Amino acid sequence: MSTASTIVYNYLRSKKKFPHVWCPGCGIGIVMGALLRSMADLEIDKNNVVMVSGIGCTGRMPVYCDFNTLHTTHGRAIAFATGVKIAKPNMKVIAVVGDGDGLAIGGNHFIHAARRNIDITTILVNNRIYGMTGGQYSPTTPWQKIGSTAPHGNVEHPFDICDLAKGSGATYFARGTVYHATQLQVLIKAALQKKGFSVVECISNCHTLYGRLNREGSAVKMIQWMKENAINAKVAEKKSPEEIEGKILTGELWNIERPEYTEQYERLIERLGGKPPAEEKPEEKEEAVTQ
Amino acid sequence: MAEDNIKLMQGNEACAYGALAAGVTFFGGYPITPSTEIAEILSREMPKNGGRFIQMEDEIASMAAIIGASVAGAKSMTATSGPGFSLMQENLGYAYMTEVPCVVVDVQRGGPSTGLPTKVAQADTMQAKWGTHGDFFPIVLAASTIEDTYHMTIKAFNLAEKYRTPVTLLLDEVLGHMREKIRIPDSSEVEIVNRIKPTVPPEWYQHFELTATHVSPMANYGEGYRFHMTGLTHDPSGFPTAKPAEIKEKLDKLKSKIMQNADDICAYSEEFLDDAHIVVIAYGITARAAQQAVRIARQRRFKVGLFQPITIWPFPEKRLRKILENADLAIVAELNQGQLIHEVRKIAKTKTRVVGTFRYDGELMTPMQIVDKIKEAHR
Ligand code: SF4
Repeated sequence: MSTASTIVYNYLRSKKKFPHVWCPGCGIGIVMGALLRSMADLEIDKNNVVMVSGIGCTGRMPVYCDFNTLHTTHGRAIAFATGVKIAKPNMKVIAVVGDGDGLAIGGNHFIHAARRNIDITTILVNNRIYGMTGGQYSPTTPWQKIGSTAPHGNVEHPFDICDLAKGSGATYFARGTVYHATQLQVLIKAALQKKGFSVVECISNCHTLYGRLNREGSAVKMIQWMKENAINAKVAEKKSPEEIEGKILTGELWNIERPEYTEQYERLIERLGGKPPAEEKPEEKEEAVTQ
Repeated sequence: MAEDNIKLMQGNEACAYGALAAGVTFFGGYPITPSTEIAEILSREMPKNGGRFIQMEDEIASMAAIIGASVAGAKSMTATSGPGFSLMQENLGYAYMTEVPCVVVDVQRGGPSTGLPTKVAQADTMQAKWGTHGDFFPIVLAASTIEDTYHMTIKAFNLAEKYRTPVTLLLDEVLGHMREKIRIPDSSEVEIVNRIKPTVPPEWYQHFELTATHVSPMANYGEGYRFHMTGLTHDPSGFPTAKPAEIKEKLDKLKSKIMQNADDICAYSEEFLDDAHIVVIAYGITARAAQQAVRIARQRRFKVGLFQPITIWPFPEKRLRKILENADLAIVAELNQGQLIHEVRKIAKTKTRVVGTFRYDGELMTPMQIVDKIKEAHR
């Protein structure tokens, strides 16, 4: 186990990057912390990690992390990540997206990456609103809740991200909250180890906009609400539908095996007698042959 | 000497094989007429050479994927036509801003909108220059024969790598689909340019280092450099900046990289210009009609020559300005309602009259249309 200070020293960029852009109390920092701790647990070589993001509050995360980082255009993180992963299949590719970024403008890339089951770990920070642009309703804003573009209450319905990921072909889905930071770390760790398209939905608070518009109180109050309303999926199994009504199901909700895209493509190259890519190390080539 | 490798090839085929000769290792694209054969051929051939082909969910994703692959070290490209080229514009701007080498082939068809999927046009001339938002100094090439297409595709990769920038190659529906004789050069004859790699240790590395040529050495992901890239305006280290001096410095770097190297980048071809009072200006497939027209008009004793830009952007204005010094008349022939003519007007002195001859009904321009224009405009 690494201590907090070694994680800070090893994984955060030192020069000129702090203070960060997030509001005091924002949950995105907790998600970043959980992600970095899970990386430390796995002792992943940071030279071998590419962190890709789109636009929004969540999209700013890569600036602070000492990996190979790619802050792209709005909604396109997973599409950029797809190119990176295919060009360097041995690298660990992480896409960090928000709910608007990842599911509205980037929804098409999300479902197609899931369908391909390409080995990208997607960290989806769900705060149910567009934070950076000022609180507009997003594809996960609940029905009748308030956004700056839904001042009379949202008349649209939110995605169930788990169903969306499952239905599209993802092989791993987990949900955590920023209150349950340790559980989040465990879930992200499992997602990073999964060979395939894995998604961790991180329920987070945007008290500055969502909280204020919907009178849900301060960061502390919103995180308190997560504590009180989250229920582990394993526990929920033993409860009646009435008992879990309105609760957030957390934990590992989906974990299946299906052939992974880049592995399949590498095999295709081999079958056609194409030379393995020059960038790959010899021992990794060996591995590919024996598989 | 080995026997010449002569083939009968379609333009899209020549483009695909040119890309293979240039060393393409990643293709991300989306089907669209009249470019699709490029994707089909590469999907078949690339994995045989260890390359990777993927059909993305749309052109936005295609452009994103080729940028991601390039930063990870691939030589990457996509191919599309007008409507898809429109969808690529946002991330094309991203590639320009973040200085990522990659190649975009636009096999032009009639527009606007869905327009004429199977008919010829040169109406993306200005889209290639001004399609993305913000100031943009792109490199855009155009081919006029099948053999050209092969070589221009290689040149596009080389310029992209040399100048760390996206390069667009403009073809058109006729060029993409017609067949012509082509000599495939031996690989020893093909010059391949690769991106300049950093020689400094990672702690000193700046992904957008300021240099005399304005081109920064480029590390790839996974080589221990761990740099940051963002479409936000950034400083030489790659991190966002809001400082006016750094903002200006970045935008000046992007412009200077292309414009101060314009002599190296610009290419054109000329015919009968020594004594020409009339200069016909045409690019791509139209340059072939223009070449024929100039020959016919010469027989009829018109002192006419041809100037064919091969790089459309940067426009070879230095050379053309010199040529127009002795010309009374410039005729710009294009398959659109008049796009490149504005560039010629910009550089022509008052002495030189600039007129256009256009065709935009989905058909090729005939040499006689240009000959008639020469006769009509020459007084
Ligand atoms: S606006 Fe909301 S999501 Fe963005 S940093 Fe502030 S609290 Fe976090």
